[in-house]
Amino acid sequence: MNVMMKTYRRKLDLKNGRVDLSHGAGGRAMGQLIEGIFHRAFDNEWLRAGNDQSAFTVPGGRMVMTTDGYVVSPLFFPGGNIGSLAVHGTINDIAMAGARPLYLSASFIIEEGFPLADLDRIAETMGAASREAGVPIITGDTKVVERGKADGVFISTAGVGMVPAGLDLRANAARPGDAVIVSGSIGDHGVAVMSKRENLEFDTDIVSDSAALHGLVAAMVEGGGQHIRLMRDPTRGGIAATLNEIANQSHIGFRIDEDAIPIKPEVAAACEFLGLDPLNVANEGKLVAVVAPEGKDRVFAAMRAHSLGGEAALIGHVVEDDNCFVQMATSFGGGRIVDWLSGEQLPRIC
Amino acid sequence: MKYIDEYRDGRLAKDIALQITAAANPAHSYHFMEFCGGHTHAISRYGLEDLLPSNVRMIHGPGCPVCVLPIGRIDAAIALAMRPEITLCTYGDLMRVPGSNGSSLLKAKAAGGDIRMVYSTLDALRIAEAEPDREVVFFAIGFETTTPPTALALRFAIDKGLRNFSIFCNHVLTPAAIQNILESPDVRKLGTVKIDGFIGPAHVSTVIGTEPYEFFAEEFQKPVVVAGFEPLDVIQAILMLVRQVNDGRHEVENQYIRAVTAFGNEKAQAEVANFFELRESFEWRGLGEVPYGALRLRPQYAIYDAEKRFGMVTPAAKDNPACECGAILRGVKKPADCKLFGTVCTPDTPMGSCMVSSEGACAAHWTYGRFREHAKAREAGRAVA
Ligand code: SF4
Repeated sequence: MNVMMKTYRRKLDLKNGRVDLSHGAGGRAMGQLIEGIFHRAFDNEWLRAGNDQSAFTVPGGRMVMTTDGYVVSPLFFPGGNIGSLAVHGTINDIAMAGARPLYLSASFIIEEGFPLADLDRIAETMGAASREAGVPIITGDTKVVERGKADGVFISTAGVGMVPAGLDLRANAARPGDAVIVSGSIGDHGVAVMSKRENLEFDTDIVSDSAALHGLVAAMVEGGGQHIRLMRDPTRGGIAATLNEIANQSHIGFRIDEDAIPIKPEVAAACEFLGLDPLNVANEGKLVAVVAPEGKDRVFAAMRAHSLGGEAALIGHVVEDDNCFVQMATSFGGGRIVDWLSGEQLPRIC
Repeated sequence: MKYIDEYRDGRLAKDIALQITAAANPAHSYHFMEFCGGHTHAISRYGLEDLLPSNVRMIHGPGCPVCVLPIGRIDAAIALAMRPEITLCTYGDLMRVPGSNGSSLLKAKAAGGDIRMVYSTLDALRIAEAEPDREVVFFAIGFETTTPPTALALRFAIDKGLRNFSIFCNHVLTPAAIQNILESPDVRKLGTVKIDGFIGPAHVSTVIGTEPYEFFAEEFQKPVVVAGFEPLDVIQAILMLVRQVNDGRHEVENQYIRAVTAFGNEKAQAEVANFFELRESFEWRGLGEVPYGALRLRPQYAIYDAEKRFGMVTPAAKDNPACECGAILRGVKKPADCKLFGTVCTPDTPMGSCMVSSEGACAAHWTYGRFREHAKAREAGRAVA
């Protein structure tokens, strides 16, 4: 983040001001925006150093790095906003390798005319999320584009982390007989966001489950790390997409049990009303773990003992299947497959 | 969720399934068509087939309004949407429906057409009110269930004096289509499938009641059971059909008494009758021309009729010749019998109408049921080995 010109400082008008093209032009206004909003919100020694990048010492071992863009609409939803999402999402991508996340970067693409107050709120939430997770945002970038060229704010975050010695989780590691565990109820995030979509607003108490999962992962690794084959956070596309991805990468199939999948009644009701399948709905604070049979009880117990895994559930197991089908015993007593969603998830019309 | 859970109780379902097995005469086979895509969806999603004895077979009918919309109508809508003065409002399901030459509303939107996804007719009205300089056209589709909301939108538009709002009317009628399945030139060409009875649509019947099926049950001597969309509704309707067949009855029965009456919602019907009249003939994708199978606006409301107002033409357009939708919609073939199924034709790349909406027979089979063929093939392979 390029911080410039500390002189002639006028305070940002957070209450009524708006982002304009000058905030992205690299001049004083941009420095002001970065100082007045992002630095204040993320505050730490690396950022305070004011470089375009941050250097840090790496303890020996395997490192992971990831990056992700966030374009959620609406920007604010029950239980969070695009900022907390951008922090949690990237931390979780790192955590799914079993790794301990260390540092984040944040890049903003802001639309001209965007209210400073909203930007401030987003940054504050982001800062709080990164502090709570203990993963500082140590570098970043800001661009402003003309009105109409973006949808309010887009955020990209990247992150790095270290993998504990001896741990090696891989997407192709699932084996027939392995257990499939989800860390809690599914669909909360997607329903919370949809409840605030224009034209779709409906009343629900559901809040997003957006959360950083590295603490839960650390507990799982501690409890039975050698037995964990792989982990995934079922974000867009829901657990249906996640299980299909794993099935294809590991060239196996799944048998899951609809009755065993935790779904809150309010989420089920909202999905019913919108004509959606909760298995396709996005999550932001849940993980799916595939665990070797001999370690499943230990990993499961470790999850249950953690605050983010209190409702963890064993939902099925891995089977041999050349077609890589995810098959489900329905609560109704029949069978079906659980497929990827085609196109966007849209409410039915009739 | 209490209200919903009651209709998804697996134990109760097993109980009814046992009753079906006990009632079904092993010397006979029973073929029932669920007309409506909502039922097709429920049957596939809950794996209902697994609960039925092998001599009771469900045939998936044409009852998905997205699926039966012919290519020409999609092409016409795309052409309209590309006109600079027009804003076309449409339900999300329609966006991906393939038109000619790989076109779709989704692609037309990316190419600059002002196409907006709405969730109801009222959203389209709101856009027309907010943007008086645009010509807002609502792409109206659906069976009897969705016709009253369209009529309501017209009523609002008139009351508010909206001059920039019109309807591209593609509303279709259920009883005419059921009749066409049993009796049309195509039936002779494609061969007939034995249909012993129908599960009648739920939502449609809340509007039109059960009465319109009486003539049909009598004329074709086929039992009809109007049923809800929950899996328990469907399986109970199957039991009722099996019993009617066993007794040699052909009556209209109402499983869905919690919502459907004999005469339906007469106020809604009156409003529909005020605005709409029958089209002598209308093409259904997969079924061909269906006489009196659709509605159009009455001449006195021509200014709200986008077809008249913008001189729309419906170009003649043909489905992929290898697509077996016609035979599938009539129950003569199953989705997996089509050569294109799962190879070139999948929900991501739909070729024919049945693959387009999740309620189409091919899409439902692809999304929820295709493992069954593989399981059978594997079984057969084992038996040979
Ligand atoms: S699989 Fe595709 S091409 Fe074949 S009948 Fe179904 S929709 Fe038509």
